[in-house]
This record gives sequence, C-alpha cells and structure tokens, in this order.
Amino acid sequence: MASLKRWSTRHANGLEALYRRFEAGFVALNPLWRRFGFERAEGPVVAVEQAAKGLLFDCRMCGQCALSATGMTCSMVCPKNLRNGPCGGVRQDGHCEVDPDMVCVWTEAWTGAQTMRDGVARICEAQPPLDWRLAGRSSWLAVARRAAGTN
Amino acid sequence: MIFADEPEPGLPLPIRPGHVSPGRLERVLRAGAFTVTTELAPPDSADPEEVYRRARIFDGYVDAINATDGSGAHCHMSSVAVCALLTRVGYSPVMQISCRDRNRIAIQGEILGGAAMGVANILCLTGDGVQSGDHPQAKPVFDLDSISLLSIARVLRDEAHFESGRKLTAAPKIFIGAAENPFAPPLDWRPLRLAKKVAAGAQFVQTQYCFDVPRLRSFMARIDDLGLLDKVFVVVGVGPLGSAKTAQWMRTHVPGVHIPDSIVDRLSGAQNQRREGRDICVELIQQIRKIKGTSGVHVMAYRQEEAVAEVIDRCGVLAGRTPWYPDRDRSRQPKEAMQ
Repeated sequence: MASLKRWSTRHANGLEALYRRFEAGFVALNPLWRRFGFERAEGPVVAVEQAAKGLLFDCRMCGQCALSATGMTCSMVCPKNLRNGPCGGVRQDGHCEVDPDMVCVWTEAWTGAQTMRDGVARICEAQPPLDWRLAGRSSWLAVARRAAGTN
Repeated sequence: MIFADEPEPGLPLPIRPGHVSPGRLERVLRAGAFTVTTELAPPDSADPEEVYRRARIFDGYVDAINATDGSGAHCHMSSVAVCALLTRVGYSPVMQISCRDRNRIAIQGEILGGAAMGVANILCLTGDGVQSGDHPQAKPVFDLDSISLLSIARVLRDEAHFESGRKLTAAPKIFIGAAENPFAPPLDWRPLRLAKKVAAGAQFVQTQYCFDVPRLRSFMARIDDLGLLDKVFVVVGVGPLGSAKTAQWMRTHVPGVHIPDSIVDRLSGAQNQRREGRDICVELIQQIRKIKGTSGVHVMAYRQEEAVAEVIDRCGVLAGRTPWYPDRDRSRQPKEAMQ
C-alpha cells in the first residue's frame, strides 16, 4: 500500500496528465450524468472513485480533491488533515510528528510537486478550509456538476 | 522606548496611521527596535494571581508575552483567559490560537472575544498533535490549518465578516502572526511556505527554537530573495537549555525541535551545564541579531523563566531601552518619548 503510494508520488506528473484526460472524458459524459441524475450517480461513482484513488493515493474521500495541488499525495492522510503544507513538527528524517513510522505526507507531496510541470506553483496556492458536508461524496461528480452549472 | 501616548493599563493605544492594531508589539516592531518576546506557561490553576506572578518575572525585559494555547497538547488555563488577565493591567499579550482543539465557529468567536478584551496580537498555529500531551485520548479537531486560520483572521479584521460571509458590526483590530520552523524538513520548501503564510495574512512570525544558525542564515537569505523581508517581521525563537539531558529529551520529544549534536556535546562537556546553556543562548542571540532581516527574538524558557532577564541583559539587544511594564513609568516622565 505504502509502496504503491510512493510510486504514485514518483509518477505524479504522468498521473496528473492522465487524470486531466480522464476528467475531460468524465465531464464530456455530462448529458449521461444529467439524464441518470447526479444525485443517483453518487453511489456508484463514489464506489469506483474510492477504489481507484484509495489504491493509488490512500484517498480519504474528502469530496474536494486537491491532489494536483498537493503533488498527487492525499493530504487527508496527514493526521492533522492539513491542506496547506507541513506543520512545524516534521522530524529531521522527514517522518510524521504524530506517527513516527510514517513518512510525512507533505515531504512526499513536495517530492511529487517537484516532478510536476506546475506542481510547485500549485502547492504554493492557499487551499480554503474543507467543507465537511462534502466528505464521502464524489469529487469527480462535483467537477462535472460545476461544468454543467448545476452546482 | 517610551511612547508619547503610553497607555492607561487596560486601555488600548491609539492606532497609528499604517498600523492595524492598538498594541505595543506592532509599535515596537514598526519602530525598528530589536524586539524581545517571551512565552508564559499558563498555570494549571484557576487563580489569576498565578498568571500575574508568571508575567512579572519578565518585567522590563520583554515587549510582548505569548500566552500558549494548550502547548504540547497539555491542558492548562486557556490562552484567551490568560490574555484577558494580562491586558487588564496593561501587558501586551500575544494570544496563541491552535487549530487542534476548536473548530472555526469557536475560533472566530475567540478572536472577537480576545480583541474585545484588549488583545492586539494573535499567533495562528496548527498545534501539536494530541499524542504528545496529557490527553492522548482526545479528539483532534484540526477543522482549519494555520494558513486557513490566518486568512480567516485577516478577513475578520479587514473585511469585517465571518468565514460564512455574515457581517461583523466591529472588526477586531489585531496584528496577525504565524509560527515558522526553518529547521524542519522539507528545508527548501520552508521559505515558500512562509510566503504562503504572508500572503494569507501573517505580519510577523515567531520561529521554532533556533540552535542552528547556518540553517537560519540560509532560510533568511532565501526569504530575502523572495522579497518577504518588507512584508513580515521575523522574530527568532531561542531559549536556554538546562542541561545536555534536557537537550536530548527536547530533541526527541518536543515536536519540531532541532538541536545539533555540537550543542549537546558542548553542554555535556561543561562543568556547569545550566550556566553553559545560558551562555549558548546569549551567543545565539548575538549571532541572530546580525543576520539580515531578523527583527527580534522570542525567548522560550520553560521552567527557567528567571533566565530570560539574565540572558537579555547579557546579550545587550535592548540597547538600553526598558520595555513597558505596569510600574515602569510611575517614577519618571516620558522624556525619551517617541512616536
């Protein structure tokens, strides 16, 4: 699991490019989502999204995915749920303050961001605080909804 | 320095043009004096006199006193209450706010409440994890992080509304600070992270303990390159180490503290380790002061509070001035008054 996550970080650039294409395709299916009903689609889409992103990123389904702004590392894995970079407690070996056996999520994120085309610029953007109402919902459908103007 | 309009204890200073707060810390920093701040460990007590006793130790040596907010995830008297007690007699507290224990509803309320009671400075922190404290079974909140907290505080002050958009009838006049740790990985990201904090609203930063001057020097050079020195006051954290054993303990147990082996070796080789710890602190302050862009030091002397006066006296950074304290001006007139 951890090794797959590390693989994803090392291939952040490729994965992000892949996601961009996937997102365009997903949004292109908007007529379908609309006919089926965005709300009804939540269940099945969440199942697929959770499985795929869970496998690659240990995704925690916050419902407002910021992977491309966090070096393709899920920042919700951080025990403090930080969205904007590492806390001051990162150990000298780059491990987590709370869980010494875990490499700090943000150390990984920084590595990932540096492999991405605009990763460093994106990681320097401030992320707003989470909207906890969206936890457990699909980020993919949220993007599609926004494109469809139904959100 | 003595200001011409020095406050009545408990009453705010007038806000000068270009300033955001009615506090002394902003005044001293903007006046360009090398600033000294310290921290007060809130008591495990409901007795206000314990707060005053702890504050008086620093009389005449510090420009502001940080009231920690459950530091090290230990339970103590609340930061807002300590600050309210301190402002009653005219001290200039920095109210630390950690994201660990409260959500955005509680935190915004506390900023307004603190400001209403005369708090002119806040320090926005993520907070230590609950695992490091005396209640590891507690629920960690972390609804916000330090950066979203900074921007919420700035919006409260500058745009006079809550995160929800609901309007305030009076905005809190606060000088907004952040913490920074130039000594924790990823080292090359830390300066950019400070830039992010400054963009979010930080006007001053207080750093983690500095025991590694070369590392601080490269951090400061980098933030100078980033053009941050005009936008933020950097107050560097320092503190006397009691012994080599304390140093060892701190670097293993206190999150984010980096103490190079050379410091530990020097302590363990000393006859009087306590003395040596203070000597090291004095030397560090003198070196830090010479680094371009440093605006002051934040002396953290947990359980050695009486060392603050000695260390500050010996390093000479106050250059003859006496920071305000409740009885300072009782016997003299503000002759050296300045704006």
